[in-house]
Amino acid sequence: MSATTLTAPPSLVGSFTPEAFAAHLASLPPTLPAWWIARKRAAYARFAALPLPSRTDELWRFSSIGTLTLDGFTLPAAVTSVPHAPSGIPQAAKLVFANGRLFSRQPLSAELSARGVIVDTLQNALVQHETLVREHLLAQPPKLGSPKFAALHEAFLADGAFISVPRDVQLDLPIGIFAYALGATAAVFPHTLVVAGENARVSVVEYFGSGDDTEAQFAAGANDLYAGHGAQIAYIGKQSWSRRALSFQSNSTVVRRDARVQSLNLHLGGRQARHESLSQLAAPGAFSEMLALTVAETGQEFDQRTLQIHQAPNTKSDLLYKNALRGTAKTIFSGLIVVDPDAQKTDAYQSNRNLMLSDDAEACSLPGLEIQANDVRCTHGATSSRIDPEQEFYLQSRGIAKEAADELLTFGFFEEVLNRLVNDDLHEALRTLIQTKFKQ
Amino acid sequence: MKPPTDTDTLTAPALDLPSETTAVENPAVGIDQTAGNFSYKMEYAFDAGTGLSEATVRYISSVKKEAPWILEFRLAALKKFFAMPLPTHWATKDLEAIDFQKIRYYLSQGQKPKRTWDEVPDDIKKTFERLGIPEQERKFLAGVEAQFDSEAAYSNIKEIVAKQGVIFVNSTEGLREHPELFKKFFGKVIPTGDNKFSALNSAVFSGGSFIYVPKGVKVAQPLQAYFRINAENFGQFERTLIIADEGSEVVYMEGCTAPKFSTSTLHSAVVELVALKGAKIQYITVQNWANNVFNLVTKRGIAHEDAEIKWIDCNIGSRLTMKYPGVVLKGERARGEVISIALANDGQHQDTGAKMIHAANHTTSNIVAKSISVGQGRSTYRGVVHIPKHLKGCKNNTECDALLINTNSRTDTYPAITVRGDKNSTQHEASVSKVSEDMIFYMQQRGLTEGQAMSLAVNGFINDLARQFPMEYSVELKRLIDLEMEGSVG
Repeated sequence: MSATTLTAPPSLVGSFTPEAFAAHLASLPPTLPAWWIARKRAAYARFAALPLPSRTDELWRFSSIGTLTLDGFTLPAAVTSVPHAPSGIPQAAKLVFANGRLFSRQPLSAELSARGVIVDTLQNALVQHETLVREHLLAQPPKLGSPKFAALHEAFLADGAFISVPRDVQLDLPIGIFAYALGATAAVFPHTLVVAGENARVSVVEYFGSGDDTEAQFAAGANDLYAGHGAQIAYIGKQSWSRRALSFQSNSTVVRRDARVQSLNLHLGGRQARHESLSQLAAPGAFSEMLALTVAETGQEFDQRTLQIHQAPNTKSDLLYKNALRGTAKTIFSGLIVVDPDAQKTDAYQSNRNLMLSDDAEACSLPGLEIQANDVRCTHGATSSRIDPEQEFYLQSRGIAKEAADELLTFGFFEEVLNRLVNDDLHEALRTLIQTKFKQ
Repeated sequence: MKPPTDTDTLTAPALDLPSETTAVENPAVGIDQTAGNFSYKMEYAFDAGTGLSEATVRYISSVKKEAPWILEFRLAALKKFFAMPLPTHWATKDLEAIDFQKIRYYLSQGQKPKRTWDEVPDDIKKTFERLGIPEQERKFLAGVEAQFDSEAAYSNIKEIVAKQGVIFVNSTEGLREHPELFKKFFGKVIPTGDNKFSALNSAVFSGGSFIYVPKGVKVAQPLQAYFRINAENFGQFERTLIIADEGSEVVYMEGCTAPKFSTSTLHSAVVELVALKGAKIQYITVQNWANNVFNLVTKRGIAHEDAEIKWIDCNIGSRLTMKYPGVVLKGERARGEVISIALANDGQHQDTGAKMIHAANHTTSNIVAKSISVGQGRSTYRGVVHIPKHLKGCKNNTECDALLINTNSRTDTYPAITVRGDKNSTQHEASVSKVSEDMIFYMQQRGLTEGQAMSLAVNGFINDLARQFPMEYSVELKRLIDLEMEGSVG
């Protein structure tokens, strides 16, 4: 690293000083390939040079800018115990990370390992499966407004999950990944990389959690999903950070010919949580289904930015983001469908539904389209409203109390998204998780 | 730059033939896209020269013999204009092609409009006759103002309407003769610093209509303004303010054309509407500038209790149009509506939309926007719907439909919707489609050519909106679409 990048003004790097970065590099195993270390150095230089988002930044429209901070965080030490992981469903393998380090694991069955399935840490994969990791790890550019936080993630990424399913192998059970941030000011950088080979099938359930809700933590996470020809990936992300956490999560999905990716993100935690999701429909027949459910309470701001890029003809994407807002909660949904020239026969859908459960909540919707081909079917819709009084009245007329009726109708609002899941156990587990938060 | 003179007399204009005599099928109709493509060589008595500086603003103000507060207003606006950046962080970079120092900001033959067409200098009269304005006036208008470059050449209102107390004058006259009426709202609906172009307009505005409709008066026939750009490298900055007093109703229509020069022309208007309690204003625009015109217009209305403001906006011409008519729903039960049709052909970008600011309980707004992109044309919908805290019973409905005619036509949609609280509702829907092949095939097998079938399908797409235009305009709109669709298929 050159001397100039080491003297970046502290306001631009906050707690993530050049010294902290040097300490982070020193903590990594010496076996990591040189290209990766070089990329991390370059990423740190970018991070240190880039400004924080500003009010006039169109990609941060409606977001609270003043509450974004890089100060007051620490790179946490290893821990000796983690909270109970609420998985609720059987898993084919499990990796548990705490404060960026592998804490425990449940390995794959010998049979699946023999068929070439890999579920390992990124640190191991960087050495043992270097070519594959290098091809896919953080390979897509950050297009949704967080180049600074994406660079921070790359610079400080210590360890994460690497999942690779070879051609024609199909897993019945999901793979569980748990990422914990433990400690009052802990900063974590979780990462999950999933590569599904031709006609492979895999589902991944990722859980993000904190010790308790008083911890003012920082998270800058990312995941890369790559679905090769005919592959199927189902990705479930359950974000349940501390209610005082500041979180940035960025997803990048590449869908190849006839492949199908379904992702569902559940947003429950954080004081300010931004989620960026990029789906690239790269070849004919590709299909990306993007789902999200948010329960936003007083003092929480959820900022979701999505981009569906149709790069080839005959591709399909379907987005459904639902937010339930209570107290003084704020949600932002900003979505864009891009149809490249000549991506004819695109079928793209984008829908944002906000359920206003309080008079102090605020919902912002920015559903966008950029269409450069004519033989397409692209629609989007955004609605914001309270519970339908007619439905409420109907339930009351059947003898159900108003509060119970509202709860039923709200759960019904979530069910539309959960019903899209094929795995019933998962459906049940997620329903329990949401209803638990909702009833708190 | 000529020094201002004290006379309003005209220098004898050189009677040239039109410099571009293109074959025009029906020149009597203002909306025909080719009909506006001619210009006369003019000798202007008043010319602020090329470029923009404090001196330009002082020149304009002095030839208009304005009150000192207006000059102050203009100079403050000019400062804002210079200080503000171009909004290219969200708008198209094409704005950077405008060279503000190469534009002529004021050209006129005099500041006093004529009351009869006979008094209007010959070539200006010829221009408007060719555009069919006097004929339309006789047929169905309550009043007409015809602006030629910077000033109105002709302005007249039918006696019966004038007797009702309706005031229909240009901006200079309005501020000079009726300050008690107009000063109160002037620059209040759209503040000078609203955006860079409203600041520019506030600095150099000239022409436009100031209208006052007294309490309870319902103007039966529409009032019309026609804006004509004749000179090359010219910027037209008209300023319109319409005040509809309690319980009154008025319909205002504006049309515009300019010849097609090889250099670009700038049109940047500010239009403010005030609908007091129970009043109704309908503002109809048929924008048909030549496709070298940058059309950057700020339009906004304030609707008080039970009032209704409806913008009917049709954009067919220009190189780049950026226009988002807005309504601030200030009084309870106020209603705002934007009906928008945009047609973008090769080399055109129609960046249009709507803005609805709900500021009182039980206010409702409706936006219906339809766009058609032909060839390499690009149409964009941009909208803002804002429902702030602790309001109840507010509703918004937004529908945007885009039709793409050719393989690489382009359309974008960028709405922004903010809702606070659980007592309001919004819904937004947008769709993008092309003309169905089945439909074209069916019409072809019934004996229509592919081009005719396409025209019919496109007219069908906008039919429900076109019907809301006055008859004369909707017929022309259909005809114009037929013209635009010619040769667009295959």
